[in-house]
Amino acid sequence: MARWLVRRLAQSAITFGVVVLLLFVLMRLAPGDPLSRLQDGRPMSPEEIAWTRKLYQVDRPMGEQLVSFLTGVGRGDLGNSIAYGLPVTTIIRNRLPATLLLGGTVLLLNFTLGLWLGVRQAVRRGSREDRWLTTLSLAGYAIPSFWLGLVLAWAVGVKLRWLPPGGMTNPLLSADAGPAALALDVAAHLILPALTLSAVTIAGTMRYQRSAMLEVLRLPYIVTARAKGARESAVTWRHAWRNALFPVVTLFGLWLPLLVTGSVFVETVFVWPGLGSLAAGAVGARDYPLLMGTSLLAAGLVIAATLLTDVAYSLLDPRVRYS
Amino acid sequence: MSRVLDVENLRISFPSPNGGRFFAVDGLGFTLDRGETLALVGESGCGKSLTSLALLRLVPPPGRIESGSAIRLDGTDVLALEGEALRRIRGRRIGMIFQDPMTSLNPVFTVGNQIAEGIRAHFPVSRAEARDRSLRLLQEVGMPDPAARLDAYPHQLSGGMRQRVMIAIALAAEPEILVADEPTTALDVTVQAQILEVLDRLRDSHGMAVLLITHDLGIVAGRADRVAVMYAGQIVEEAPTARLFAQPSHPYTQGLFASVPRITGPVRRLNPIGGSVPPATAWPAGCRFRPRCPKAFARSETMPPLLPVGPGHRMRCWLAEEPGSP
Amino acid sequence: MTALAEALRAAWRDPRGRTGAILLALIAGIALIGPALLPDPALQVDPVGAANLPPGPGHWLGSDALSRDVLSRVVSGARVSLAVSLVAVLLSVTLGAMVGLVSGYLGGAVDAGLMRLVDAALAIPRLFLLLLVLAAAERLALPVLILVIGTTGWFGTARLVRAEVLRLREEAYVRAAEALGAERRRVIFRHLLPNTLGPLLVAATLGIGDVILLEAGLSFLGLGVQPPTPSWGGMILDAKPVLVAAPWAGIFPGLAIVVTVLSANLFGDALRDAVDPRGA
Repeated sequence: MARWLVRRLAQSAITFGVVVLLLFVLMRLAPGDPLSRLQDGRPMSPEEIAWTRKLYQVDRPMGEQLVSFLTGVGRGDLGNSIAYGLPVTTIIRNRLPATLLLGGTVLLLNFTLGLWLGVRQAVRRGSREDRWLTTLSLAGYAIPSFWLGLVLAWAVGVKLRWLPPGGMTNPLLSADAGPAALALDVAAHLILPALTLSAVTIAGTMRYQRSAMLEVLRLPYIVTARAKGARESAVTWRHAWRNALFPVVTLFGLWLPLLVTGSVFVETVFVWPGLGSLAAGAVGARDYPLLMGTSLLAAGLVIAATLLTDVAYSLLDPRVRYS
Repeated sequence: MSRVLDVENLRISFPSPNGGRFFAVDGLGFTLDRGETLALVGESGCGKSLTSLALLRLVPPPGRIESGSAIRLDGTDVLALEGEALRRIRGRRIGMIFQDPMTSLNPVFTVGNQIAEGIRAHFPVSRAEARDRSLRLLQEVGMPDPAARLDAYPHQLSGGMRQRVMIAIALAAEPEILVADEPTTALDVTVQAQILEVLDRLRDSHGMAVLLITHDLGIVAGRADRVAVMYAGQIVEEAPTARLFAQPSHPYTQGLFASVPRITGPVRRLNPIGGSVPPATAWPAGCRFRPRCPKAFARSETMPPLLPVGPGHRMRCWLAEEPGSP
Repeated sequence: MTALAEALRAAWRDPRGRTGAILLALIAGIALIGPALLPDPALQVDPVGAANLPPGPGHWLGSDALSRDVLSRVVSGARVSLAVSLVAVLLSVTLGAMVGLVSGYLGGAVDAGLMRLVDAALAIPRLFLLLLVLAAAERLALPVLILVIGTTGWFGTARLVRAEVLRLREEAYVRAAEALGAERRRVIFRHLLPNTLGPLLVAATLGIGDVILLEAGLSFLGLGVQPPTPSWGGMILDAKPVLVAAPWAGIFPGLAIVVTVLSANLFGDALRDAVDPRGA
């Protein structure tokens, strides 16, 4: 197992390395001199020009640029943001909590409600409840997150005024209002974006779980469990669900990165100060270092999540033993 | 001798591709006395597995047991039970052994865990006590090195060992009736004999009634008290074992015996039964064996009931009433 | 080929599939003929005249902030969304199939190298990839946008096709062809490709919905289809500042997206069940 883990880690490292290379090439492929573009309609101070010159090292050969970029990444130095003038890592760190909060909430909703509904659907397959939920989840798939967010913000936030339509905190709330009031304030702001993102993503989770459960429920060992006299709830959860977890573990692995990359669209619509809205804003400002930084982070998370998924598989399924 | 199981007019239906339903099991009836072994013999597709599932109300949807069927367990109507009452007979009154132990065991739980589950579903014992009992069960079924095997996963065991586990699970709640659905079909020949020996021994030591479902006449001899032969969803002949082997009367049974190759005696050509089993969606009218029967005659166009042939011996064939038969 | 036709027929028989297919056909029909039957929204631009009118006679879906008829714009937007998604998906699927076939069949260093690349590309969320590219080259012309979207969407398909090829390679008829001395290109095109068409078609159909949502999102951020070309996402962006005054200008384009993506997914789902009937 340990040997496999080491091999797998090495594989992940290589993949990450390729990602770094890929991003680097992508940036260099941008047509024209990056600096001339940067000056487009944006007056730059001499400091900024010097920074970006240093960043792009345009006067140095390509190989050297690559090496210094790689060593920078290795050191954890992702350069400085053009728009903010601060190190990329600092900015990302500042925006991280908001995204974690939103992503975490959505993940939680998905993997509790979503899984439960999926199991219910499978157990009650063909029933009216099943058919309705299937239709609803198919519709959910099709809804653009930014549109739903906009509609909700308008309907609930502006027309009905039940919840704040944007932002993460109420700027008028004084800082010494007490932790409970502050937490409640954030929670109130969290509801709409979390609901929006959950609505369009829960569909996928439900369908995955339903499909996995259906496959398991038709297997012979389920009949054995019933023939033993096991309770129906034990048959559903202990026997069936335990085996229907595997695709869901994969799904969870695919979703973990969501925790940190947030949703670009939902964060933008609700002005939620996370990494998603950060990335969206960075495009307009042509803030390449920032974009690279967030992409690198996202990719790193995906790779880590895939690795975790594989490890989880080996822990959950006794038939899978890596050597 | 007390009657422990009484099945009457069992009909199991499935939806037809073109609407309506067809009967995979059509009017089956048999009885089982305490301590008796009844063999249900037939080819694949005759409905014998469905019959065994019906006893525990485990017929997979969209199949269903039609009204008019009766399954009585020591007087209790199994078909009228629901919920908890039904759960309590599964495993506790009737234990079942399935055909393929590889797919019939949950791959993510240890073997001991699965046996213990069968115990704790019916007896309020602690985990430790259940574990002890599971160990004893494994010993009883002749599992080599049972203590170690208790914590093994199904995929770590051989086919024979897995089937022993299935038997242990079936016996976990000490049922009065054991239903063994093709218990040796999925196993190697050498292992088959071992498993059958285990079943024989346990049947005697626990005093269970056994319903042995098989397509193999060979394992029936010397093991079953009575035999019922199934064809196309119905029983076509039933008799005490010795009588059936000595005097197979229904043309289908005769065909079965004739098609078994013999080791002793002169080498003869095999005589398979011509044609193939009709699909359940299209049973022939009248006697269902008629299209393949070498002795079919005018009366075969009407469905024969079970007619007496001798003591305890009946067959579903008009020839029973013909002089000079069979 | 007949397996594919059979799958399509089965998808049609499925009530979901049929609904999806009919809806898609309707939308495509409207997209093709609609603009000819309706007034050209580009000519209606007038910041004051008939701005922000609620739905009613003359403007069945209302008018937007620039007095343009929402119905006409939604219909014009359909053309763009469908065109972008169809071409981009075609591009992705073709690229993915090619890479998958070659990688799966040739194996060895080629396979290892290509799959490393695919793995890395898959690790970067597609949207981020697009944001990076679009930051470097803002205001893309439509064909270039389609190209960019298409070239960021083939990685998953490549993986899929490669897996299929690896499985098919062991099949008897492929071995037979090789034993008879068929050259590699022939084996790939004659034996492997036709059998991957089913999963490919499923991936393509489901991909259409994904791309429509992606393009709409990009247009909403101002990075996708550029004005004055109408696009559903762009319409929603335009409607944002006046959402309180004229919600219809933002709601209807969104509904159009939902219906279109839903239809594509319904059909894609039915197709998937026909090609690989498990867990239906």
